[in-house]
Amino acid sequence: MAHINMPEPDQQIIARKREIVAELIKAIGKEGVIHEPNETIAYECDALTAYRCPPLAVALPKTTQEVSKVLTICKQIGVPVIPRGSGTSLAGGALPTADSIVLGVARLNKVIEIDYDNRLINVQSGMTNLSVSGAVAEGEFFYAPDPSSQLACAIAGNIAMNSGGAHCLKYGVTTNNLLGAKVVMMDGEIVEIGGGQLDTGGLDLLGLICGSEGQLGVVTEATLKILPKPEGARPILLGFDDPEIAGTCVSDIIKSGILPVAMEYMDGLAIKACEEFAKAGYPTNVEALLIIEVEGSQEEIDEQLGKIKKIAKKHKPKVMRESESAVQSDLIWKGRKAAFGAMGQLADYMCMDGTIPTSKLPFVLKRMQEMSKEYGLRVANVFHAGDGNLHPLILYNANDPKEMQKCEEFGAEILKLCVEAGGCLTGEHGVGIEKRDLMNVQFNDQDMEIQMRVKDVFDPDWLLNPAKVFPLKNSQSRRGNYREHYRENYKASE
Amino acid sequence: MKKLEKPKSEDALCDLVKNAIGNKQTLKIIGGGTRPIGNAVVADSVINTSAIKGVSIFEPGALTLVANAGTSLEEIQKLLATENQHLPFEPADYRGLLGTKGNSTIGGVVAGGVSGPRRIQVGAMRDTLIGVRFVNGEGVAIKNGGRVMKNVTGYDLVKLMAGSHGTLGILTEVAFKVLPMVEKSNTLLVRGLSDVDATIVMSKALGSPYDIAGAAHTPAQNTKNSYAVTSIRVEGFEKSVAYRLSQLKETIAQEMGSSTIIDVETNAKKSADIWKSIRDVTPFHNAKGAVWKISVKPTDGAKVVNALSAIMQVKSLYDWGGGLVWLLVEEDTITNAEIVRKTVGNVKGHATLMRAENDTVLKIEAFHPQAKRLANLSNQLRAQFDPHGIFNPQLMEKTSTRTMLEAG
Repeated sequence: MAHINMPEPDQQIIARKREIVAELIKAIGKEGVIHEPNETIAYECDALTAYRCPPLAVALPKTTQEVSKVLTICKQIGVPVIPRGSGTSLAGGALPTADSIVLGVARLNKVIEIDYDNRLINVQSGMTNLSVSGAVAEGEFFYAPDPSSQLACAIAGNIAMNSGGAHCLKYGVTTNNLLGAKVVMMDGEIVEIGGGQLDTGGLDLLGLICGSEGQLGVVTEATLKILPKPEGARPILLGFDDPEIAGTCVSDIIKSGILPVAMEYMDGLAIKACEEFAKAGYPTNVEALLIIEVEGSQEEIDEQLGKIKKIAKKHKPKVMRESESAVQSDLIWKGRKAAFGAMGQLADYMCMDGTIPTSKLPFVLKRMQEMSKEYGLRVANVFHAGDGNLHPLILYNANDPKEMQKCEEFGAEILKLCVEAGGCLTGEHGVGIEKRDLMNVQFNDQDMEIQMRVKDVFDPDWLLNPAKVFPLKNSQSRRGNYREHYRENYKASE
Repeated sequence: MKKLEKPKSEDALCDLVKNAIGNKQTLKIIGGGTRPIGNAVVADSVINTSAIKGVSIFEPGALTLVANAGTSLEEIQKLLATENQHLPFEPADYRGLLGTKGNSTIGGVVAGGVSGPRRIQVGAMRDTLIGVRFVNGEGVAIKNGGRVMKNVTGYDLVKLMAGSHGTLGILTEVAFKVLPMVEKSNTLLVRGLSDVDATIVMSKALGSPYDIAGAAHTPAQNTKNSYAVTSIRVEGFEKSVAYRLSQLKETIAQEMGSSTIIDVETNAKKSADIWKSIRDVTPFHNAKGAVWKISVKPTDGAKVVNALSAIMQVKSLYDWGGGLVWLLVEEDTITNAEIVRKTVGNVKGHATLMRAENDTVLKIEAFHPQAKRLANLSNQLRAQFDPHGIFNPQLMEKTSTRTMLEAG
C-alpha cells in the first residue's frame, strides 16, 4: 500500500476483543453490534477506498443515550473510536484501525421537530443530507448545503467535515446553516450547544465542533437552518475555448454585483465524460464550461441572466445557452453532480479539493496542465468557480502501484500549489488521512499545536478519531498516552 | 495611571505579551474602545491594537478583504465602497448606546461578534470572517483559516476567535468575504401591530421566497407617533425589489387583514436611516435604565417580553425576525436583572447585560451563564490559549476555573 501510514494497532486491545464486544452488547443490544470479521469488513473503508482496515467491532446505537454508553465503555477500556456517518468521506475521515470501534450513527435517522415559523429543523444526525430537504419539501423549504454525495451522506458527517456543495456561494457551508447540536463527549456526557436562536452565547463552541472531523465529540442531533425555496431557478451554460477567459468571466460577473447561487466550472475532459454519462446537453466542443445558476421569479431570473449574458458576451463565449425547461435544468445539474461517477467510467481517479483565491485561477489551471505533462497523468477539472474550490481529478490505474504513487505525488503537488497561491489544502472534503501529512505545508508547528490543544480539552486521551487531521509525528506524544494509563486503571477496577 | 501600550506590529505585540508573562502582568486589550461589552476588566496594562493597521488585500473580483486588526472600520468601509462592495453583516455602531467615543477597529468588530440586521439574510460576522492571525497568551503568533471562502483545513479557530472578546488571543489580522452593495434597498412598513402579530408577520416574510434582508419591529412605546412599526427590508435589482415588495404586501394583507396599514419606503436615504436606527439601537440612546441584548428563538422574543412586562417596566426593540430583543429595564435593580436572566433562560435563550447604571447590577455576570460542562470547556480552552490568564481577565466569566487553576 501507499505511503499514508496509520499507527500500529494495540495488540492488547485486539486481544480483548471478546470482552469489549460483550460490554457493547450488554450496553446497546446484539442487533447494534457487529463483530464477525465477514461483517466488519463492510466498514473497512469510506470513499477513500485505497486505504482499508476492518475495525475491531462496529457499534450502531439508536439513541443518544446509547452513544453515550458506547463512548463510556470505550473510554474506560481505552479503545479508539472512529465516528462514522454514511462512510462517504473522500479524505479517509472514517478509516478505522484494527484496534478501534467504529461508531456509526446510521440508526439515528429520525426527524425530531420541524418548525417553519422559526425556519429550523431538528434531526438525528444519521439522516441523509437529501432527506432533510425532503422532510421540509412540503412546507416549500430546503436545507441549503448540497454536497455531491447528498443522496447518501449523513448530517453527522456533514457537520464533522463542514461540508459544502455547489450552492454555497450564496447559502454558505454547513457551519453557516447549523444552529445547534447535541454532542456526546468522549467521557459519555451529553451536552447541548445552541438551539433555535441565531447565536449560541459564550465562546462559539458550535463553530469549533463543526469541521472538527469527529475528533471532539459525537454529534447525535442537529438543529439546522432551513430556507424557503426560491420561486424558481435557471442555469445558463457558457462555453469558452480558453480556460483563462472563463476565469475572468467569473470574476467580472461577481464584481458586477450579481451573486449567482452557483458558478460551476468544468474543463474539456470533464465535459465530455459528464455528457457521455448524463446526456445533459453540454457543448463538447469547448475547453471550459461554466454552469451559472440564478434564482427568483421568472422576471427576476430573466433580469439577472440578462446581466450575466451582457457580461459574458464581452468575453466572446463559443456557446451561451439558457436552460429551456425544468427537465433540462435537472439534467444540467445531474450531469454536474455525476461528474465524479462519470470520471470513474474513464479511469480510476483521485479527487483533490484545494481552494485558491479566484484571481489565481488562470495561473493555477495553467500550472496544473504543465504538471500533468510532467507526471504523465491526465487531470480533469470540475469545481466551484465562484469560491475557488478546485476539484482536480487525477486519472490513473489503481492496479499499478507505481502509477498510484505517482498520482499521490501529483496530488500533493497540486495541493502545495493551492497553498502557494494563497489558498488551502481542502475546501470541503476535510483533511482525514488524505491530507494529514500535508498539514505542515499550510500550518507551522505552533498553528497545529494550538489546534491539538483544543482536542486536549475535548478528548484528553485522544481516543476520538486519533490518527487523523494532524501529522502523526505532531500528535504522537498525545496519542497512545491513554493506553498504559487506562489499562492500569481498568485492572485496578477489576 | 495604567501603562498603555500601542504596538505597531505583530512582532512588537508578541514581545509585549512575553514581557507581560515575565512580569506577571495582566493585560486589558482594546481596539477602538467603542464597545466595552462584558465584565469590567481590571488589569495591569492596556494594549491598544489600533496601530497594527492597514489593508493588505482587497480583491473585488474575489470578494476578499484582508486587513490588520487595528484598521478602522470606517477606513475599511470607505475602501470597499470605492468598488461598490461592503461588509454584508452590517456591523453595529454602539457608541450612542454605550456612551463611548473613538473609532471602531475591525479587530474590535470581530472580537465583539458584532452583527447587524442583515445577518438574517447573509449571515453574521462569524459567517463572513474567513481568516485570522492572533497572538496567544504565550506571545506566539498563530494563523487559522485564510483568505478563501471555502476552507476546512484543520479546526475552525476562526469561529472560536469571533466573539471571544480578546480572552483567547489578541487579533492582529482578519480576512473577510465581502459582498457587492445592492442596487436598491426598500423597506416595507407595517403599522400598528402587537409584538406577537409582528412576529407572525416577520416569520411569514422570512418564510417566503422573497429573500428578506431585514425584519425588525419597534413597539409603539418607542416610536414618535406612538404607532408600532414593523419593518421588512427587500434588496436587489430594481425590478426584482418592486416585484417582491408587491408580493409581500399581498402576503401580509392576507395574513393580517386588508385593513392593515402597509407603506413602502422607497427613498434610499430614509430606508437606510430606518435600518441604521435599528442596528445601533437608537431609541435606547440616553434612556435611563439597564440595556439587555437577548438572543432567543424568533417566536420566543415577544413571549419573553410579554412575560417580563407583567412584572416590570420594560421597553423593547426586535430585530432578526424577533430573535434579537433589545430590552430596556427602567428600574435597574438586581431583582429585575435576575428575573430577566431566568425568563430568557426558561426558553433556552441568553441575555447579555450591555449597560447598567446600578453598581450592584454591574456586579453580575455580563454574559449569560452557561451550562456547567460548556462553561468548563470554555474555561479549559482559555487556559490552553492563554495559560497564564493574562488576557482580559474575567471579562467573559468572573469566577472562572481558570482563575482557580492559577490560584491552585
